[in-house]
Amino acid sequence: MKIIVLVKEVPDTYGDRKLSLETGLADRSAGDVVLDEIGERATEVALSYADAHPDTEVIVLCMGPAGAVGTVRKGLAMGAAQGVHIVDDDLLGADLGLTAEVLAAAASRIGFDLVITGNVSTDGGGGVIPAMIAELLNVPHATALVSVEISEQAVTGERTTDGGSMSVSADLPAVISITERMPDGRFPNFKGIMAAKKKPLETLSLADLGVDPDSSASRSIMISVAEKPPRAAGVRITDEGDAGEKIADFLAQNRLL
Amino acid sequence: MSDYADDSILVLVDVMPSGELAKSAAGLLGAAAGVGTPVALIVTEAGKGSAAARAAASLGARNVLTVESEGGTQALTVPIVDALGGAVERVRPDAVLISNSIEGRDAAGRFAARTRSALCVDAVGVTRDDEGVVAHHSVYGGSYNVESASTWGAPVITVRQGAISDRAEAVEEPVVEALAVTPSDRRAARIDAFAEAADESTRPELRGASKVVSGGRGLGSQEQFVLVEKLADALGAAVGASRAAVDAGYVPQTAQVGQTGVSVSPQLYIALGISGAIQHRAGMQTAKAIVAINKDPEAPIFDIADFGVVGDLFEVVPQLISAIEARRS
Repeated sequence: MKIIVLVKEVPDTYGDRKLSLETGLADRSAGDVVLDEIGERATEVALSYADAHPDTEVIVLCMGPAGAVGTVRKGLAMGAAQGVHIVDDDLLGADLGLTAEVLAAAASRIGFDLVITGNVSTDGGGGVIPAMIAELLNVPHATALVSVEISEQAVTGERTTDGGSMSVSADLPAVISITERMPDGRFPNFKGIMAAKKKPLETLSLADLGVDPDSSASRSIMISVAEKPPRAAGVRITDEGDAGEKIADFLAQNRLL
Repeated sequence: MSDYADDSILVLVDVMPSGELAKSAAGLLGAAAGVGTPVALIVTEAGKGSAAARAAASLGARNVLTVESEGGTQALTVPIVDALGGAVERVRPDAVLISNSIEGRDAAGRFAARTRSALCVDAVGVTRDDEGVVAHHSVYGGSYNVESASTWGAPVITVRQGAISDRAEAVEEPVVEALAVTPSDRRAARIDAFAEAADESTRPELRGASKVVSGGRGLGSQEQFVLVEKLADALGAAVGASRAAVDAGYVPQTAQVGQTGVSVSPQLYIALGISGAIQHRAGMQTAKAIVAINKDPEAPIFDIADFGVVGDLFEVVPQLISAIEARRS
Protein backbone atom coordinates (compact mmCIF):
# COMPACT_ATOMS: atom_id res chain seq x y z
CA MET A 1 0.00 0.00 0.00
CA LYS A 2 1.35 3.37 -1.04
CA ILE A 3 -0.22 6.35 0.71
CA ILE A 4 0.49 9.97 -0.20
CA VAL A 5 -0.37 12.58 2.42
CA LEU A 6 -0.72 16.20 1.34
CA VAL A 7 0.78 18.62 3.85
CA LYS A 8 0.77 22.40 3.72
CA GLU A 9 2.78 25.10 5.38
CA VAL A 10 0.48 27.79 6.79
CA PRO A 11 0.82 30.91 8.94
CA ASP A 12 0.41 29.93 12.58
CA THR A 13 -3.08 30.93 13.71
CA TYR A 14 -1.68 31.65 17.18
CA GLY A 15 -0.05 34.78 15.75
CA ASP A 16 -1.20 37.64 13.57
CA ARG A 17 -1.64 36.62 9.96
CA LYS A 18 -0.94 39.20 7.29
CA LEU A 19 -1.61 39.58 3.62
CA SER A 20 0.77 41.80 1.67
CA LEU A 21 -1.30 44.75 0.50
CA GLU A 22 0.98 45.09 -2.55
CA THR A 23 0.88 41.56 -3.89
CA GLY A 24 -2.14 40.14 -2.10
CA LEU A 25 -0.03 37.15 -1.12
CA ALA A 26 0.43 35.74 2.36
CA ASP A 27 3.18 37.63 4.15
CA ARG A 28 5.24 34.73 5.42
CA SER A 29 7.62 36.98 7.33
CA ALA A 30 4.80 38.38 9.50
CA GLY A 31 4.70 35.45 11.89
CA ASP A 32 5.57 31.82 12.41
CA VAL A 33 4.73 29.22 9.79
CA VAL A 34 3.77 25.69 10.75
CA LEU A 35 2.61 22.40 9.26
CA ASP A 36 -1.16 22.85 9.16
CA GLU A 37 -2.69 20.90 12.03
CA ILE A 38 -5.18 19.17 9.77
CA GLY A 39 -2.22 17.91 7.70
CA GLU A 40 -0.75 16.41 10.86
CA ARG A 41 -4.03 14.58 11.43
CA ALA A 42 -4.00 13.34 7.83
CA THR A 43 -0.43 12.10 8.35
CA GLU A 44 -1.56 10.35 11.53
CA VAL A 45 -4.28 8.46 9.62
CA ALA A 46 -1.65 7.15 7.20
CA LEU A 47 0.89 6.35 9.92
CA SER A 48 -1.55 4.49 12.12
CA TYR A 49 -2.47 2.30 9.13
CA ALA A 50 1.24 1.80 8.43
CA ASP A 51 1.81 0.82 12.09
CA ALA A 52 -0.61 -2.07 11.63
CA HIS A 53 0.47 -2.90 8.06
CA PRO A 54 4.27 -2.82 7.81
CA ASP A 55 4.31 -3.13 4.02
CA THR A 56 2.82 0.37 3.79
CA GLU A 57 4.80 3.26 2.39
CA VAL A 58 3.80 6.75 3.51
CA ILE A 59 4.95 9.71 1.41
CA VAL A 60 4.38 13.32 2.45
CA LEU A 61 3.85 15.68 -0.48
CA CYS A 62 4.06 19.44 -0.15
CA MET A 63 3.87 22.33 -2.60
CA GLY A 64 5.36 25.49 -1.19
CA PRO A 65 8.32 27.86 -1.19
CA ALA A 66 11.84 26.64 -0.40
CA GLY A 67 11.33 27.35 3.30
CA ALA A 68 8.43 24.88 3.45
CA VAL A 69 10.95 22.05 3.50
CA GLY A 70 10.61 22.24 7.30
CA THR A 71 7.00 21.14 6.93
CA VAL A 72 8.07 18.13 4.85
CA ARG A 73 10.73 17.26 7.43
CA LYS A 74 8.15 17.39 10.20
CA GLY A 75 6.11 14.79 8.30
CA LEU A 76 9.24 12.65 7.98
CA ALA A 77 10.00 13.08 11.68
CA MET A 78 6.46 11.93 12.51
CA GLY A 79 7.22 8.73 10.61
CA ALA A 80 6.63 9.12 6.87
CA ALA A 81 9.18 7.20 4.81
CA GLN A 82 9.72 9.71 2.06
CA GLY A 83 9.12 13.39 1.32
CA VAL A 84 8.42 15.18 -1.93
CA HIS A 85 8.58 18.96 -2.06
CA ILE A 86 7.42 20.89 -5.12
CA VAL A 87 9.20 24.24 -5.37
CA ASP A 88 9.06 26.62 -8.29
CA ASP A 89 9.12 30.41 -8.56
CA ASP A 90 6.31 30.20 -11.10
CA LEU A 91 4.07 28.76 -8.38
CA LEU A 92 4.13 31.98 -6.37
CA GLY A 93 0.48 33.02 -6.10
CA ALA A 94 -0.75 29.84 -7.85
CA ASP A 95 -4.55 29.64 -7.91
CA LEU A 96 -6.55 26.56 -6.96
CA GLY A 97 -6.61 25.24 -10.53
CA LEU A 98 -2.83 25.33 -10.95
CA THR A 99 -2.28 23.97 -7.43
CA ALA A 100 -4.56 21.00 -8.13
CA GLU A 101 -2.88 20.37 -11.46
CA VAL A 102 0.57 20.35 -9.87
CA LEU A 103 -0.44 18.12 -6.96
CA ALA A 104 -2.23 15.67 -9.28
CA ALA A 105 0.81 15.52 -11.57
CA ALA A 106 3.06 14.83 -8.59
CA ALA A 107 0.73 12.13 -7.24
CA SER A 108 0.71 10.43 -10.65
CA ARG A 109 4.48 10.54 -10.81
CA ILE A 110 4.93 9.12 -7.31
CA GLY A 111 2.18 6.53 -7.77
CA PHE A 112 -0.40 5.83 -5.05
CA ASP A 113 -3.17 3.64 -3.75
CA LEU A 114 -4.56 6.35 -1.51
CA VAL A 115 -4.15 10.11 -1.18
CA ILE A 116 -5.07 11.55 2.24
CA THR A 117 -5.56 15.28 2.79
CA GLY A 118 -7.09 17.56 5.37
CA ASN A 119 -10.58 18.78 4.50
CA VAL A 120 -9.83 22.51 4.73
CA SER A 121 -6.60 24.40 5.31
CA THR A 122 -6.54 27.06 8.00
CA ASP A 123 -5.25 29.76 5.65
CA GLY A 124 -6.90 29.51 2.23
CA GLY A 125 -9.85 27.61 3.61
CA GLY A 126 -10.97 26.57 0.14
CA GLY A 127 -11.63 22.91 0.85
CA VAL A 128 -11.80 22.10 -2.86
CA ILE A 129 -8.36 20.63 -3.61
CA PRO A 130 -9.24 17.00 -2.71
CA ALA A 131 -12.15 16.88 -5.18
CA MET A 132 -10.13 18.72 -7.82
CA ILE A 133 -7.20 16.31 -7.75
CA ALA A 134 -9.58 13.32 -7.69
CA GLU A 135 -11.17 14.64 -10.88
CA LEU A 136 -7.79 15.21 -12.55
CA LEU A 137 -6.58 11.75 -11.53
CA ASN A 138 -9.91 10.12 -12.45
CA VAL A 139 -10.26 8.43 -9.07
CA PRO A 140 -13.13 8.54 -6.57
CA HIS A 141 -13.08 11.06 -3.73
CA ALA A 142 -14.55 10.69 -0.27
CA THR A 143 -14.25 14.00 1.55
CA ALA A 144 -14.81 15.34 5.06
CA LEU A 145 -14.50 11.93 6.68
CA VAL A 146 -14.93 11.71 10.44
CA SER A 147 -13.94 8.04 10.47
CA VAL A 148 -11.74 6.07 8.08
CA GLU A 149 -11.36 2.34 7.45
CA ILE A 150 -8.66 1.38 4.95
CA SER A 151 -8.48 -2.08 3.39
CA GLU A 152 -6.35 -3.48 0.59
CA GLN A 153 -9.03 -2.77 -2.01
CA ALA A 154 -11.13 0.07 -0.67
CA VAL A 155 -11.57 2.89 1.79
CA THR A 156 -14.77 3.47 3.70
CA GLY A 157 -15.85 6.12 6.16
CA GLU A 158 -18.50 8.35 7.65
CA ARG A 159 -18.92 11.94 6.61
CA THR A 160 -21.05 14.60 8.24
CA THR A 161 -22.60 16.81 5.62
CA ASP A 162 -24.98 19.69 6.12
CA GLY A 163 -27.98 17.45 5.62
CA GLY A 164 -26.96 14.54 7.78
CA SER A 165 -24.55 11.68 8.15
CA MET A 166 -23.41 9.60 5.19
CA SER A 167 -21.51 6.32 4.90
CA VAL A 168 -19.36 6.19 1.79
CA SER A 169 -16.95 3.74 0.22
CA ALA A 170 -14.50 4.02 -2.63
CA ASP A 171 -12.40 1.48 -4.48
CA LEU A 172 -8.69 2.20 -4.47
CA PRO A 173 -6.93 4.14 -5.82
CA ALA A 174 -8.83 7.04 -4.25
CA VAL A 175 -8.52 10.47 -2.64
CA ILE A 176 -9.93 11.10 0.82
CA SER A 177 -10.02 14.14 3.07
CA ILE A 178 -10.43 14.01 6.83
CA THR A 179 -11.78 16.48 9.37
CA GLU A 180 -10.46 17.58 12.72
CA ARG A 181 -12.63 14.96 14.39
CA MET A 182 -9.83 12.53 13.49
CA PRO A 183 -7.10 12.06 16.15
CA ASP A 184 -4.26 14.55 16.68
CA GLY A 185 -0.98 13.92 14.92
CA ARG A 186 1.74 12.19 16.96
CA PHE A 187 4.63 14.25 18.28
CA PRO A 188 7.92 13.50 16.54
CA ASN A 189 10.32 12.06 19.11
CA PHE A 190 14.08 12.59 19.12
CA LYS A 191 14.69 9.32 17.29
CA GLY A 192 12.18 10.32 14.63
CA ILE A 193 13.77 13.72 14.16
CA MET A 194 17.23 12.18 13.77
CA ALA A 195 15.95 9.48 11.41
CA ALA A 196 14.18 12.11 9.29
CA LYS A 197 17.54 13.58 8.30
CA LYS A 198 18.45 10.38 6.50
CA LYS A 199 15.11 9.81 4.76
CA PRO A 200 14.79 10.53 1.03
CA LEU A 201 13.47 14.01 0.27
CA GLU A 202 12.95 14.81 -3.38
CA THR A 203 12.53 18.34 -4.74
CA LEU A 204 10.51 18.74 -7.94
CA SER A 205 9.98 21.70 -10.26
CA LEU A 206 7.13 22.44 -12.67
CA ALA A 207 9.38 21.23 -15.51
CA ASP A 208 9.94 17.93 -13.72
CA LEU A 209 6.17 17.51 -13.52
CA GLY A 210 5.49 18.68 -17.07
CA VAL A 211 3.03 21.33 -15.88
CA ASP A 212 2.80 24.60 -17.79
CA PRO A 213 1.65 27.45 -15.53
CA ASP A 214 0.74 29.55 -18.56
CA SER A 215 -1.56 26.96 -20.12
CA SER A 216 -4.89 27.93 -21.62
CA ALA A 217 -6.81 27.17 -18.43
CA SER A 218 -8.78 30.08 -16.96
CA ARG A 219 -7.23 31.26 -13.71
CA SER A 220 -8.69 32.92 -10.66
CA ILE A 221 -6.91 36.19 -9.97
CA MET A 222 -7.03 38.55 -7.02
CA ILE A 223 -8.08 41.98 -8.22
CA SER A 224 -8.01 43.88 -4.95
CA VAL A 225 -7.02 43.41 -1.34
CA ALA A 226 -7.72 45.70 1.59
CA GLU A 227 -7.16 45.41 5.30
CA LYS A 228 -10.15 45.99 7.50
CA PRO A 229 -9.54 48.43 10.33
CA PRO A 230 -9.03 46.46 13.53
CA ARG A 231 -12.03 46.31 15.77
CA ALA A 232 -11.76 48.72 18.65
CA ALA A 233 -12.76 47.86 22.18
CA GLY A 234 -15.89 49.64 23.41
CA VAL A 235 -17.18 50.07 26.93
CA ARG A 236 -15.88 47.80 29.66
CA ILE A 237 -17.34 47.71 33.15
CA THR A 238 -16.73 45.65 36.24
CA ASP A 239 -19.85 44.05 37.64
CA GLU A 240 -21.16 45.85 40.70
CA GLY A 241 -24.31 43.80 40.96
CA ASP A 242 -26.14 45.51 38.09
CA ALA A 243 -24.19 44.39 35.01
CA GLY A 244 -27.10 42.29 33.73
CA GLU A 245 -29.31 45.38 33.72
CA LYS A 246 -26.59 47.39 32.04
CA ILE A 247 -26.19 44.84 29.26
CA ALA A 248 -29.95 44.90 28.75
CA ASP A 249 -29.74 48.73 28.46
CA PHE A 250 -26.96 48.39 25.88
CA LEU A 251 -28.99 45.88 23.88
CA ALA A 252 -32.10 48.06 24.03
CA GLN A 253 -30.20 51.18 22.92
CA ASN A 254 -28.87 49.27 19.93
CA ARG A 255 -32.27 47.76 19.12
CA LEU A 256 -30.99 44.27 19.71
CA LEU A 257 -33.77 43.10 21.99
CA MET B 1 -31.23 29.37 -30.06
CA SER B 2 -31.29 31.77 -27.15
CA ASP B 3 -33.63 30.23 -24.62
CA TYR B 4 -31.47 31.64 -21.87
CA ALA B 5 -30.72 35.28 -21.13
CA ASP B 6 -27.27 36.60 -22.07
CA ASP B 7 -26.61 37.50 -18.47
CA SER B 8 -27.63 34.11 -17.06
CA ILE B 9 -26.11 33.03 -13.76
CA LEU B 10 -26.27 29.28 -13.22
CA VAL B 11 -27.01 28.31 -9.61
CA LEU B 12 -26.48 24.76 -8.42
CA VAL B 13 -29.13 24.35 -5.73
CA ASP B 14 -28.33 21.73 -3.09
CA VAL B 15 -31.30 19.41 -2.67
CA MET B 16 -31.81 17.27 0.43
CA PRO B 17 -32.57 13.57 -0.11
CA SER B 18 -36.13 14.42 1.01
CA GLY B 19 -36.42 16.63 -2.07
CA GLU B 20 -36.43 19.85 -0.07
CA LEU B 21 -34.07 22.62 -1.11
CA ALA B 22 -31.14 23.30 1.18
CA LYS B 23 -31.33 26.54 3.18
CA SER B 24 -28.47 27.96 1.11
CA ALA B 25 -30.75 28.18 -1.97
CA ALA B 26 -32.33 31.54 -1.07
CA GLY B 27 -28.98 33.31 -0.67
CA LEU B 28 -27.52 31.79 -3.84
CA LEU B 29 -30.50 32.83 -5.96
CA GLY B 30 -30.52 36.22 -4.23
CA ALA B 31 -26.86 36.72 -5.12
CA ALA B 32 -27.48 35.57 -8.71
CA ALA B 33 -30.38 38.00 -9.15
CA GLY B 34 -28.06 40.85 -8.17
CA VAL B 35 -25.70 40.20 -11.10
CA GLY B 36 -27.89 38.62 -13.79
CA THR B 37 -30.75 36.26 -14.54
CA PRO B 38 -30.89 33.36 -12.08
CA VAL B 39 -31.07 29.91 -13.66
CA ALA B 40 -31.32 27.06 -11.13
CA LEU B 41 -29.96 23.57 -11.71
CA ILE B 42 -31.65 20.91 -9.63
CA VAL B 43 -30.45 17.32 -9.40
CA THR B 44 -32.94 15.09 -7.58
CA GLU B 45 -34.22 11.58 -7.31
CA ALA B 46 -36.86 10.65 -9.89
CA GLY B 47 -40.22 12.30 -9.27
CA LYS B 48 -38.95 15.09 -7.04
CA GLY B 49 -37.81 17.55 -9.72
CA SER B 50 -40.96 19.55 -10.34
CA ALA B 51 -41.68 20.32 -6.68
CA ALA B 52 -38.06 21.39 -6.24
CA ALA B 53 -38.30 23.52 -9.40
CA ARG B 54 -41.34 25.34 -7.98
CA ALA B 55 -39.47 25.94 -4.74
CA ALA B 56 -36.48 27.36 -6.65
CA ALA B 57 -38.76 29.67 -8.65
CA SER B 58 -40.32 30.96 -5.44
CA LEU B 59 -36.80 31.98 -4.44
CA GLY B 60 -36.18 33.80 -7.71
CA ALA B 61 -35.11 31.28 -10.36
CA ARG B 62 -36.30 32.56 -13.75
CA ASN B 63 -35.38 29.28 -15.42
CA VAL B 64 -34.97 25.85 -13.86
CA LEU B 65 -33.11 22.90 -15.30
CA THR B 66 -34.04 19.62 -13.68
CA VAL B 67 -32.11 16.38 -13.76
CA GLU B 68 -33.82 13.37 -12.23
CA SER B 69 -31.64 10.35 -11.60
CA GLU B 70 -33.09 6.96 -12.43
CA GLY B 71 -33.64 4.83 -9.36
CA GLY B 72 -31.69 7.24 -7.17
CA THR B 73 -28.03 7.25 -7.99
CA GLN B 74 -25.66 6.19 -5.25
CA ALA B 75 -22.57 7.72 -6.83
CA LEU B 76 -21.08 10.60 -4.85
CA THR B 77 -20.83 14.05 -6.53
CA VAL B 78 -19.94 12.87 -10.05
CA PRO B 79 -23.55 12.81 -11.36
CA ILE B 80 -23.98 16.40 -10.13
CA VAL B 81 -20.80 17.45 -11.93
CA ASP B 82 -22.01 15.75 -15.10
CA ALA B 83 -25.28 17.68 -14.79
CA LEU B 84 -23.37 20.94 -14.30
CA GLY B 85 -21.45 20.22 -17.49
CA GLY B 86 -24.67 19.74 -19.45
CA ALA B 87 -26.28 22.80 -17.91
CA VAL B 88 -23.33 25.10 -18.63
CA GLU B 89 -23.28 23.96 -22.24
CA ARG B 90 -27.00 24.67 -22.53
CA VAL B 91 -27.14 27.98 -20.65
CA ARG B 92 -23.70 29.55 -21.37
CA PRO B 93 -23.84 31.46 -18.07
CA ASP B 94 -21.65 34.39 -17.01
CA ALA B 95 -20.88 32.64 -13.71
CA VAL B 96 -21.72 29.46 -11.82
CA LEU B 97 -22.72 29.87 -8.16
CA ILE B 98 -22.50 26.91 -5.80
CA SER B 99 -22.97 26.70 -2.04
CA ASN B 100 -19.75 26.52 -0.03
CA SER B 101 -21.13 23.41 1.67
CA ILE B 102 -19.27 20.10 1.75
CA GLU B 103 -21.24 18.77 -1.23
CA GLY B 104 -21.05 22.13 -2.99
CA ARG B 105 -17.28 22.40 -2.63
CA ASP B 106 -16.79 18.89 -3.98
CA ALA B 107 -18.99 19.60 -7.00
CA ALA B 108 -17.34 22.99 -7.62
CA GLY B 109 -13.85 21.53 -7.33
CA ARG B 110 -14.51 18.66 -9.70
CA PHE B 111 -16.36 20.85 -12.19
CA ALA B 112 -13.69 23.56 -12.24
CA ALA B 113 -10.92 20.97 -12.62
CA ARG B 114 -12.79 19.21 -15.42
CA THR B 115 -13.52 22.36 -17.41
CA ARG B 116 -10.33 24.24 -16.43
CA SER B 117 -12.51 27.06 -15.14
CA ALA B 118 -11.38 29.67 -12.65
CA LEU B 119 -12.54 28.79 -9.15
CA CYS B 120 -13.25 31.47 -6.53
CA VAL B 121 -14.08 30.02 -3.12
CA ASP B 122 -16.01 31.09 -0.04
CA ALA B 123 -17.37 34.33 -1.48
CA VAL B 124 -19.39 36.57 0.82
CA GLY B 125 -20.78 38.58 -2.09
CA VAL B 126 -20.77 38.88 -5.88
CA THR B 127 -20.87 41.94 -8.10
CA ARG B 128 -20.44 42.61 -11.78
CA ASP B 129 -18.01 44.97 -13.50
CA ASP B 130 -17.22 45.60 -17.18
CA GLU B 131 -15.24 42.40 -17.43
CA GLY B 132 -17.61 40.03 -15.71
CA VAL B 133 -18.63 38.68 -12.34
CA VAL B 134 -16.41 39.51 -9.35
CA ALA B 135 -16.33 37.48 -6.14
CA HIS B 136 -15.82 39.20 -2.78
CA HIS B 137 -14.09 37.35 0.01
CA SER B 138 -13.46 37.99 3.69
CA VAL B 139 -10.20 36.23 4.59
CA TYR B 140 -8.02 35.49 7.60
CA GLY B 141 -11.00 35.56 9.91
CA GLY B 142 -12.42 38.75 8.45
CA SER B 143 -9.18 40.75 8.73
CA TYR B 144 -8.96 41.39 4.98
CA ASN B 145 -11.38 42.01 2.13
CA VAL B 146 -10.30 40.48 -1.16
CA GLU B 147 -11.90 40.55 -4.61
CA SER B 148 -11.23 37.91 -7.22
CA ALA B 149 -12.24 37.24 -10.80
CA SER B 150 -11.41 34.90 -13.67
CA THR B 151 -8.80 35.65 -16.35
CA TRP B 152 -11.40 34.66 -18.94
CA GLY B 153 -14.64 32.70 -19.10
CA ALA B 154 -17.32 32.14 -16.49
CA PRO B 155 -15.92 31.76 -12.97
CA VAL B 156 -17.14 29.01 -10.66
CA ILE B 157 -17.86 30.67 -7.31
CA THR B 158 -18.67 28.97 -4.04
CA VAL B 159 -20.72 31.20 -1.75
CA ARG B 160 -20.42 31.15 2.05
CA GLN B 161 -23.63 29.94 3.65
CA GLY B 162 -25.57 32.64 5.43
CA ALA B 163 -23.39 35.43 4.01
CA ILE B 164 -25.90 36.76 1.48
CA SER B 165 -28.89 38.59 2.91
CA ASP B 166 -30.28 39.74 -0.47
CA ARG B 167 -33.34 37.81 -1.61
CA ALA B 168 -34.72 37.63 -5.13
CA GLU B 169 -38.39 38.19 -5.95
CA ALA B 170 -40.46 35.07 -6.48
CA VAL B 171 -40.97 34.08 -10.11
CA GLU B 172 -44.59 33.12 -10.82
CA GLU B 173 -44.09 31.29 -14.06
CA PRO B 174 -40.60 29.88 -14.38
CA VAL B 175 -39.42 28.15 -17.53
CA VAL B 176 -38.63 24.58 -16.51
CA GLU B 177 -36.61 22.28 -18.73
CA ALA B 178 -35.72 18.65 -18.09
CA LEU B 179 -32.05 18.36 -18.96
CA ALA B 180 -30.72 15.18 -20.52
CA VAL B 181 -27.25 14.45 -19.19
CA THR B 182 -24.60 12.24 -20.72
CA PRO B 183 -22.87 10.44 -17.85
CA SER B 184 -19.10 10.97 -17.80
CA ASP B 185 -18.33 7.57 -16.27
CA ARG B 186 -15.71 9.19 -14.07
CA ARG B 187 -14.96 6.98 -11.09
CA ALA B 188 -16.94 7.93 -8.01
CA ALA B 189 -17.31 6.88 -4.39
CA ARG B 190 -20.54 5.10 -3.42
CA ILE B 191 -23.05 6.39 -0.92
CA ASP B 192 -23.83 3.29 1.16
CA ALA B 193 -26.19 4.90 3.63
CA PHE B 194 -27.54 8.30 4.54
CA ALA B 195 -29.20 9.39 7.76
CA GLU B 196 -30.78 12.81 7.69
CA ALA B 197 -29.81 14.92 10.67
CA ALA B 198 -32.64 15.10 13.14
CA ASP B 199 -33.49 18.75 13.55
CA GLU B 200 -35.21 18.75 16.93
CA SER B 201 -34.10 22.17 18.02
CA THR B 202 -36.46 25.09 17.69
CA ARG B 203 -33.51 27.47 17.98
CA PRO B 204 -32.19 29.24 14.89
CA GLU B 205 -29.41 27.54 13.01
CA LEU B 206 -25.96 28.82 14.01
CA ARG B 207 -24.81 29.46 10.46
CA GLY B 208 -26.54 32.59 9.26
CA ALA B 209 -28.19 33.39 12.62
CA SER B 210 -28.77 37.08 13.36
CA LYS B 211 -28.03 36.63 17.07
CA VAL B 212 -25.62 34.17 18.64
CA VAL B 213 -24.93 33.39 22.30
CA SER B 214 -21.75 31.36 22.79
CA GLY B 215 -20.27 29.72 25.85
CA GLY B 216 -16.71 28.76 26.68
CA ARG B 217 -14.77 26.87 29.28
CA GLY B 218 -15.94 29.41 31.86
CA LEU B 219 -19.29 27.60 31.97
CA GLY B 220 -17.50 24.85 33.88
CA SER B 221 -19.68 21.86 33.00
CA GLN B 222 -22.22 20.46 30.60
CA GLU B 223 -24.97 21.01 33.20
CA GLN B 224 -24.05 24.66 33.65
CA PHE B 225 -23.86 25.23 29.89
CA VAL B 226 -27.68 25.30 30.03
CA LEU B 227 -27.29 28.94 31.08
CA VAL B 228 -26.04 29.73 27.57
CA GLU B 229 -29.13 28.07 26.10
CA LYS B 230 -31.44 29.98 28.44
CA LEU B 231 -29.99 33.33 27.39
CA ALA B 232 -30.12 32.27 23.74
CA ASP B 233 -33.80 31.37 24.11
CA ALA B 234 -34.56 34.68 25.83
CA LEU B 235 -33.04 36.50 22.84
CA GLY B 236 -34.20 34.13 20.11
CA ALA B 237 -30.53 33.47 19.37
CA ALA B 238 -28.56 30.48 18.12
CA VAL B 239 -26.20 28.66 20.50
CA GLY B 240 -22.48 28.58 19.82
CA ALA B 241 -19.38 27.54 21.71
CA SER B 242 -15.63 27.93 21.80
CA ARG B 243 -13.40 25.02 20.92
CA ALA B 244 -12.50 24.71 24.61
CA ALA B 245 -16.15 24.09 25.49
CA VAL B 246 -16.48 21.57 22.66
CA ASP B 247 -13.30 19.76 23.66
CA ALA B 248 -14.52 19.67 27.26
CA GLY B 249 -17.68 17.93 26.02
CA TYR B 250 -20.18 20.62 27.09
CA VAL B 251 -21.67 20.83 23.58
CA PRO B 252 -21.44 18.98 20.24
CA GLN B 253 -18.80 20.03 17.73
CA THR B 254 -21.49 21.42 15.41
CA ALA B 255 -21.79 24.38 17.82
CA GLN B 256 -18.13 25.35 17.50
CA VAL B 257 -17.53 28.93 16.36
CA GLY B 258 -14.12 29.85 15.01
CA GLN B 259 -11.29 29.09 12.69
CA THR B 260 -12.07 25.39 12.47
CA GLY B 261 -15.77 25.58 13.21
CA VAL B 262 -18.55 27.76 11.90
CA SER B 263 -17.89 31.39 10.93
CA VAL B 264 -20.71 33.71 11.92
CA SER B 265 -21.46 37.38 11.19
CA PRO B 266 -24.54 38.07 13.32
CA GLN B 267 -26.04 41.40 14.39
CA LEU B 268 -25.29 40.44 18.00
CA TYR B 269 -22.70 38.06 19.42
CA ILE B 270 -22.63 37.41 23.16
CA ALA B 271 -19.54 35.58 24.47
CA LEU B 272 -19.94 34.00 27.90
CA GLY B 273 -16.83 32.73 29.67
CA ILE B 274 -14.85 32.78 26.42
CA SER B 275 -11.32 34.14 26.64
CA GLY B 276 -11.22 35.00 22.94
CA ALA B 277 -8.28 33.11 21.45
CA ILE B 278 -7.41 34.24 17.94
CA GLN B 279 -8.94 31.07 16.51
CA HIS B 280 -12.27 31.90 18.12
CA ARG B 281 -12.18 35.56 17.14
CA ALA B 282 -11.51 34.57 13.55
CA GLY B 283 -14.98 33.05 13.42
CA MET B 284 -16.97 35.88 14.99
CA GLN B 285 -15.18 39.23 14.84
CA THR B 286 -17.24 40.41 11.88
CA ALA B 287 -20.32 40.49 14.16
CA LYS B 288 -22.00 43.91 14.23
CA ALA B 289 -22.11 44.10 18.05
CA ILE B 290 -20.12 41.99 20.50
CA VAL B 291 -20.94 41.63 24.20
CA ALA B 292 -18.57 39.71 26.46
CA ILE B 293 -18.78 38.54 30.05
CA ASN B 294 -15.64 37.10 31.61
CA LYS B 295 -14.18 37.06 35.09
CA ASP B 296 -10.66 37.62 33.76
CA PRO B 297 -10.13 41.33 33.02
CA GLU B 298 -7.17 40.41 30.81
CA ALA B 299 -9.22 38.15 28.49
CA PRO B 300 -8.47 39.13 24.85
CA ILE B 301 -12.19 38.99 24.02
CA PHE B 302 -12.48 42.42 25.71
CA ASP B 303 -10.21 43.94 23.03
CA ILE B 304 -12.95 43.49 20.44
CA ALA B 305 -16.08 43.71 22.62
CA ASP B 306 -18.40 46.67 22.19
CA PHE B 307 -19.69 46.04 25.69
CA GLY B 308 -17.57 44.06 28.13
CA VAL B 309 -18.40 43.01 31.66
CA VAL B 310 -15.73 41.79 34.04
CA GLY B 311 -17.72 39.63 36.39
CA ASP B 312 -19.19 36.27 37.31
CA LEU B 313 -21.36 35.10 34.45
CA PHE B 314 -23.41 32.95 36.85
CA GLU B 315 -24.58 36.16 38.50
CA VAL B 316 -24.73 38.48 35.50
CA VAL B 317 -26.51 36.19 33.03
CA PRO B 318 -29.55 35.31 35.21
CA GLN B 319 -29.99 39.03 35.91
CA LEU B 320 -29.69 39.78 32.19
CA ILE B 321 -32.33 37.14 31.37
CA SER B 322 -34.79 38.64 33.89
CA ALA B 323 -34.03 42.13 32.57
CA ILE B 324 -34.77 41.00 29.00
CA GLU B 325 -38.00 39.32 30.10
CA ALA B 326 -39.04 42.39 32.10
CA ARG B 327 -38.54 44.65 29.07
CA ARG B 328 -40.45 42.30 26.83
CA SER B 329 -43.53 42.18 29.06
